[in-house]
Amino acid sequence: MPITHASKTPERKIDPSQPLILVEHLDFAYPDGHVALRDLSLEIKQGEKIALVGPNGAGKSTLMLHLNGILGDGSGLRVGGLPLNKQNLPVIRALIGLVFQNPDDQLFSPTVFEDVAFGPLHMGLPEDEVLERVKEALAHVDMNGFEERLSHHLSTGQKKRIAIATVLSMRPYALILDEPSAGLDPRARRGLIHLLRDLPITMLVSTHDLRMVAELFPRMVIMDEGRIVADGQTAKLLADEALLDAHGLEKP
Amino acid sequence: MIHNNLFDRYYATESPLHRLSPSVKVLLTVFFILSNALLPDGHWIGFGISWAVIFLLNWVGQLGWGYTFKRSFIALPFALAAVTAIFALPGKTLAEFDVLFWHLLATDAGLLRFFSIVVRSWLSVQVAILLVATTQFPDLIHALEHLRLPRMLITVIAFLYRYIFVLSDEVLRLLRARQARSAVLPGQSGGGTVFWRAKIAGNMVGQLFLRSYERSDRIYNAMLARGYQGHLRTLNRHAMHTRDWVILILSSAALLFLQIFTHF
Repeated sequence: MPITHASKTPERKIDPSQPLILVEHLDFAYPDGHVALRDLSLEIKQGEKIALVGPNGAGKSTLMLHLNGILGDGSGLRVGGLPLNKQNLPVIRALIGLVFQNPDDQLFSPTVFEDVAFGPLHMGLPEDEVLERVKEALAHVDMNGFEERLSHHLSTGQKKRIAIATVLSMRPYALILDEPSAGLDPRARRGLIHLLRDLPITMLVSTHDLRMVAELFPRMVIMDEGRIVADGQTAKLLADEALLDAHGLEKP
Repeated sequence: MIHNNLFDRYYATESPLHRLSPSVKVLLTVFFILSNALLPDGHWIGFGISWAVIFLLNWVGQLGWGYTFKRSFIALPFALAAVTAIFALPGKTLAEFDVLFWHLLATDAGLLRFFSIVVRSWLSVQVAILLVATTQFPDLIHALEHLRLPRMLITVIAFLYRYIFVLSDEVLRLLRARQARSAVLPGQSGGGTVFWRAKIAGNMVGQLFLRSYERSDRIYNAMLARGYQGHLRTLNRHAMHTRDWVILILSSAALLFLQIFTHF
């Protein structure tokens, strides 16, 4: 009986002259009629680290779920020049690593190893490369030696790190994180900030933690009611108290 | 979060049984259950041999002698469904009962059938426990794929397994929330009427459905985001070796022989 593993994820061919993520005039409404995104446009260049802030229900998570094709029909989105369609979807999912807010949703395998290996395995990579990538990803988040631990026995901070590793093992071009510092104690939060600072990768991070934003992200995007209401240098936007106030944000 | 490991019965160790190809294990498990079902009523030697095989496999799998036996009691109550057999078969009457407006006759043939059914299901449950204890779940799913079970069915099994943890976690949380608010004032009986309790329980079931529905959606998204395309994959190889073929053929032959021995 043969080993029937489905085909390998095709090689990524992205155009370096194009923006890594390009969102143009994106509209989205949930099936119940609730409009979550209205005519939203955003451009992310390679190497940028961007904070996405805004009140709850502003559409931040919805936007993030669009960026690797979980929501939406793919129109209005390009990743590295590739349009998001059925054919490109597996490639784009490998390019854009999405880390969910609740690590309990992200970590669904019994052991840490299996969770970190999930992405590379499902890209159809050979065994030795899967093993190598798991090792590398765990090293990135400083969690070597946790391979055989059960995910649900870890602390929240450790779970967050593993959740990031599960995506890093796919060697993505960009990391999309949904409220990574929520629910962390000060020490774990500090550790996470250092981790995000040191990762040499494009990043879009949604958060309510404006102190972290000021420290880590040169560019900041403010969303409210499904629209981008401000996009610019973090220092400038954070100095604009009227703007922050209008969108339910507090100056750190 | 208290994760419920109630359903995860894999017993991690190294043994010949663990190393055997999952496909072979699945096939032999099905054959063994079939063989149990086909053993004649009251053929205690046949049942004894099957039981001895289970015992031996416990030892081969390095699970400890009583591993499957200890865990098999959970399924015994279901065997009680066969209790009607005692009264349904014609034979020598052993006892008579009057239940409501029924007049029930317990017969010797019926009793024999009943005990045979109990033993059969007991044996079958044990071999299933053995399969799950020695085979990791993704491998089991793969084995079913290799055995050409319909894709849809396999996916349903895979997700049932995935989400049963989610469900049991939610149940634990709901029960804890109810407990935390179930206070009783001194000198008063708490709890309300049966009707009221039933309503609360009903609401909890509804909550459970909604919560686990949403949570399973998020987990599915997390799987999609990491390239899940409808197959669960594993690093373990599933090539059939000579050893697997030999064991498959020998064991099938042994089961066939057992059938011939008990029937003729």
